[in-house]
Order: sequence, then structure tokens, then C-alpha cells
Amino acid sequence: MLSRTADHLFWMSRYIERAENLARLLDVTWQMSLVPQSLEAANQNWNAIIALNSLEESFAKKYAEVNADNVLRFMVSDPDNFASIYSCLRLARENAHAVRGTVTAEMWETLNSTWLEAREKSFEQIINAGVGEFFEWVKMRSSLSRGTTLGTLLQDEAYHFIRLGTLLERADNTARILDVKYHVLRPHGDEGATDFYQWGALLRSVSAFEVYRKVYRDVITPERVTELLILRSDMPRSLHFCMNGVVKNLDLIANSHSDETARHAGMLHAQLHYARVEDILAEGLHPWLTDFMDRIYALGDGISRDFLVPMAEAA
Amino acid sequence: MNFYNEMYDANGGVREHYKGYEAWLKATPGERIERKRAEADLAFHRVGITFAVYGEEAGKERLIPFDVIPRIIPSAEWKAMQKGLRQRVTALNMFLRDVYHDQEILKAGKIPAEQVINNAQYRPVMQGVDLPGDIYAHIAGVDMVRAGAGESYVLEDNLRVPSGVSYMLEDRKMMMRLFPELFARHKVAPVQHYPDMLLEKLRAVAPKGVSNPTVVVLTPGAYNSAYFEHTFLAQQMGVELVEGRDLFVQDEVVYMRTTQGPQRVDVIYRRIDDDFMDPLAFRPDSALGVPGILKAYQAGNVTLSNAIGTGVADDKSIYPYVPEMIRFYLGEEPILNNVPTYMCRKPDDLKYVLAHLAELVVKEVHGAGGYGMLVGPASTKEQIEHFRQLLIAKPEGYIAQPTLALSNCPTFVEEGIAPRHLDLRPFVLSSGKCVNMVPGGLTRVALTKGSLVVNSSQGGGTKDTWVLED
Repeated sequence: MLSRTADHLFWMSRYIERAENLARLLDVTWQMSLVPQSLEAANQNWNAIIALNSLEESFAKKYAEVNADNVLRFMVSDPDNFASIYSCLRLARENAHAVRGTVTAEMWETLNSTWLEAREKSFEQIINAGVGEFFEWVKMRSSLSRGTTLGTLLQDEAYHFIRLGTLLERADNTARILDVKYHVLRPHGDEGATDFYQWGALLRSVSAFEVYRKVYRDVITPERVTELLILRSDMPRSLHFCMNGVVKNLDLIANSHSDETARHAGMLHAQLHYARVEDILAEGLHPWLTDFMDRIYALGDGISRDFLVPMAEAA
Repeated sequence: MNFYNEMYDANGGVREHYKGYEAWLKATPGERIERKRAEADLAFHRVGITFAVYGEEAGKERLIPFDVIPRIIPSAEWKAMQKGLRQRVTALNMFLRDVYHDQEILKAGKIPAEQVINNAQYRPVMQGVDLPGDIYAHIAGVDMVRAGAGESYVLEDNLRVPSGVSYMLEDRKMMMRLFPELFARHKVAPVQHYPDMLLEKLRAVAPKGVSNPTVVVLTPGAYNSAYFEHTFLAQQMGVELVEGRDLFVQDEVVYMRTTQGPQRVDVIYRRIDDDFMDPLAFRPDSALGVPGILKAYQAGNVTLSNAIGTGVADDKSIYPYVPEMIRFYLGEEPILNNVPTYMCRKPDDLKYVLAHLAELVVKEVHGAGGYGMLVGPASTKEQIEHFRQLLIAKPEGYIAQPTLALSNCPTFVEEGIAPRHLDLRPFVLSSGKCVNMVPGGLTRVALTKGSLVVNSSQGGGTKDTWVLED
């Protein structure tokens, strides 16, 4: 397969996954903001989203103040923000457009109509209809895109690159959601009471509320939430699950110079496979997640170098 | 002006080869056809059979209107045309071989040498380069029209990167889907094997010694007006669709970057103009091409299809000499008619043209796609005066031809069924001694009443083209 084709497929799936996870993150932040709290605390939560994506500078250029309305506008429908849901859906569609001959007609039609629909929605319309409804829509469109891929695409190299992009992006995004929310909920380490509603919202944002109930049959504790989102190998949005898939798909596309990338993926996977949640929390969740995200980034870079259009060249 | 109607004769009777269709059309309720037309529109949109229009908002795509009334050609007529096309394209390839080698035809004084050598489309870098099978134009899209008395003319030989074949194939697919019963009642010659035929030709002209060549389609990218066709052909042939940045040249060999490392490329069906193919050899600002590819080509390590430099044979200033080429190389009389052409660089011709602008069609020598032309009878006084100034300023840049009374065919338009003018573009494939084509070609139809310009960029549509088998 052409490197450029694989590159488009990889990024197509990353952007649609990114849009979905961004919708999840904004949704949970919005829901958490509905409980009584000081304005300052609320705005801090919105600021965390900007900081998490290192967008402080481009945000400050256009908006005077960090508040719910501005951050939502910036992250949902600002075409100038390359990390907004709007931009992610556009980029997913553009990448698909470049490889229309490789993806199936259903996949193309899904991403194309998603983009056409998103383009028609103004921020005011989204807010008026209820921002939660919009986030649901984004999640459904992402599911639809994943579903048509699974249901129509030949499981050859193209499929492996698409899966690789999806899982790598999801691993990164789940880590981000956990990182930003854990510290809002437990600002002082492991002390203090657990707020059932807030942790519940976090779990729901990664579709893990019912999963948690099923797996633990017990009250919600931060340790178990961490374990579920990082270590459970059967939970589709956990880091362990994602790395299982990354290792498997990397193995299926291996070439003569991808050994080193495969080794890094394998080491990261092994760490998740054998880790204990106590150890992670003892080390400190934030430094642990930061290290994880750095290594996911390096893995993406390695995949680009070995198989795709190297990031430096693409930029 | 008298127009030849493809369906009806001068007395209003239905022509023999349209009788079956006409009876069906009469018997079929209007609503059913309306419904089918809507279905076709929807399907074309969903599949995304579109083309981009230059000058409109970037990335904007438009459907080419598809008309459900087919253009039907009787078998005998097609056989004669096919024979003529073989003869013409063979001679054009021989001319290209000659121009880039010994230039016998120039030495014999059949074509003024300066017309060829000073032509912007003549590529000195091709001088002395030997090509597999001595073929330059592997794919030709020859535009044919029929005039008032029913006689056919060649309007243009498109030997660079002729497009439109995907519409020919999609139109047939659509007609079979909408009206399968018509194909049960008519023996319509199939065309769907075109991609196989094309792949076979491309493989046949691979560099010497390559037994299982890697063929690719080279596109300028997703924003090119014919990108749909590029994807379509690559997909139908089962070969990679590449862009310039996917290819690189090392030691005069062309490779493509794949996920498994570099892979050698042997034949490139390129849909990029000569000028953009190699920034080291032609336009240095081209980001679409492949640096060094010309060297690899000259060394015989890769085949480009069509060859570099074919434009010198389909240029409008060379067109008047094609009948002479046929006589010179084949010793035969031309089967297909050329349209009488006034070359404005000749003072006598210019004088005539300036005096008869209101009756003539004036074309830029290097123009294409229906841009930069004047159709005298359909133009305003201002437009004619504008062209007069252009002609006086740069006579060698223009040719003029009598306005042909392009034949017409019943077509669905807003006010119902009405006659509209059309042409035909058969796609002629050559490799070595073998010249093949699928029966028929692409029929383009001018949807504006009275318009003689059928180009899709000027609002033209297409029709399925049926060659009836005996």
C-alpha cells in the first residue's frame, strides 16, 4: 500500500476518534459544571481543557475570558481552532476524500455527510438545541463511521492502519480525560470524600458507568475508576485495551524497519499488562499519565517514520 | 442552418436504428421516466460522480447532467468510423515517431518545419528517444461531429490527457440500472471492458525486459477537475492511484513509497500535463510532478502514457495537416473528414476570417475545454469585435473554421423533450501494431438551446452511446 494512502487512513480514523473523545470530554465538563460551585472553580475546569490541549495562545488571541460559553465555542465550532470538533470532522472528511478509492462507499458517505451536516450547524443552533444533544450526535457519527468500517471494509492493510489510528488516538484521549478530571476531583491526593455524582459523570463520559457496576458491584472509588480506565483489558476505552490492539495491528503490518517501533509498543503494553493500580497511584497518577502520553506520542511518530509520511515532511 | 437529427429524418420519420427505442419511449408513461431521471440524479450524487469547475469556489463539485435518451449509432456506421479512427491514430503515432527522430515529413515539405519545431508543444528533450512499440499516444480521445447533411468530421484529436471515459462507463451502468428492459430489446454492444483493455495496453508498453510490470495512475490530486475519473480508473484496473509526492527517482529508476518500502514502478498512466511532470526538466515551480522522472524516461526505465510531447500532433495549428500525414505515412486516402481550417497566420486566411467573423468559429491554437473560443453566429457584436482585436494582435495564435451545423438528438430539458446538439468522443487505445477501442464512446450534449459548445465546463451533459450490433 502507498505510504500516503496509509497515512490518510491513519489520520482519517484519528480525527474522527478525536472528535468523539473531545465531545466526551466537553460533555463531562459541562455536566460537572451544572452542580453548585463557585464561578472561579467552574472556570478553572474549562481552563483545564484549553491547557490540556496546549491551546492557551490561540484561545487568548480570540477570546478575552475563559468561561463556559467561550471554551465551548472555541472547542466545538471554531473553524480557526484546528483542534475543535468542527476541524476534526473536516480533517477526517478531507483525509477520506484523498483515499476515496480505498475506503468503501459507505465509509466515505458516512464521513462526508457527517461533515456536511456539521458545517450547517451554527454554534447558536447547537446551544439552543442543547449542547448535550450535539455531543450525542458526534458520538453516534463516530460510532457509525467505525461500524461501516467494520461492516464493509476488507480486513487488509487498510483496515489495520485505520484500527491503529483509532486505538492510538483513543489511548491518548482516555489518558487525557482521566488526567484532567482526576485532579479536579481529588485536588489533595487521596484525602477527602468521594463525590458519587462527579465520578459517575466521569465514568459516563467514557461509557463506563454500567461497566463499572457490572465489574465491581460496589461503590465508586477513585482507585477502581483508575484501574478500570487504565488496566482492564476488556474495557474498550481503557489504555490496556487500546494497547492490545496497537500491538496486534502493528504486528500485522510489520516491515523490515519497524522492529524498534514494535519493541516500544510491546514494552508499553507489557507495563499495562503487569501493572498494579496501587503502584501507579503511589508513583502519582499525573506523572504516570504524562509519561504514558509522551510514549504514545513517540509511538505515533515511530509509525509515521516506518510506514507513513513522516510527520516532519507532512508539516 | 439545417441540422441533422439523429433520431428523425428530414420528413419527420423515425430513422431505422431508433425505431425500437422511439416505440418504447412513446409507450412509456412520462411519470416513470421522470422518476427514473430523479433516481439517476440521486445515484450520481451519492456515488460522487462529479467534476470540479475551475474558477469556482475551490473544492466545489458539480454533477455532469446525464440524459436518459441514448445516442444510437448503427453498426455499419460505427464500423466505418472505427476503420477511420484506426487509420488516423496510426498516422498520428507515426508522425510523432517521425518528428522525434528523422523528421522525414518535414524534409519532404509536407508540413512547414517551423510549424512543428517552433511549436510550444514540441519537446526537444524527446528527440531520439525510442519508445516501446514506437507508440506515443496510447490513449486518444478523438472528437467527432456530424454536420448538416449527415457527414462526419473529426473536430479534434486529443492526444495529451483526454478525459471523460469514466462518464461513458457510468452512463452505461446507469442506463442498465434504470431501464434494463431496453437492453433486452436492443443488441447494444458492451463497453464495460474498457478498463481491462486499457490495463492490457499499458502492460503491453512496459519497458523492455519487464515481464510483470507495475502500473500506476498518476493524478494531480483530489482538487483536479477529473479526480473522480482518476480514482475510478485506478480502482477498475486494480492499480495504485499515486500523486507526484508518492514517487521518487533513484539511479534513473522510478519508485513509489509504500508501507513495505520502495517499490519499482514500470508504467505510469499520467493525468498530468507535460509541463508539470518534472520540475527539473519543465516548469520548476511544479509541485505535482516527480523530480528526475524525465531522465528515467529517456533511459527507458519507465513508460509514460501518453508520451511526453504528444501535444505537437493534436495542436490546432497542426490539425489541418493530418490528412497529409495519412497519405504520407500510410499511402492511403483519409477515411475521416477534416473540418476546413483557416490558419490565421496566413495573411489570406486572416483576411477572409476577419471579413467573415460572424459566420466562423475561432479557436485559440493552444486552447482546450471550450475556453477562449468564439462561435460567430451565437455571439454579440461586442464579442466579435473583441476577437477581431485579438486576431489582429496575434494572428498566429488562432485558427478559424466554418460553424458546423452540429447534429442534434432529442434530449430531456426543462420544457420537455427538445433537440440539443451533440458530439462523440471515442477512446482509441494503441500499443505496437494494435489499435483498439470499445464501441461508441462518450456522447456530450449541449443542454442550452442552440448552443454548439458541448464541454462539461460550459454546462454540457452526457448521454449513453449505443452501437447496435447486427
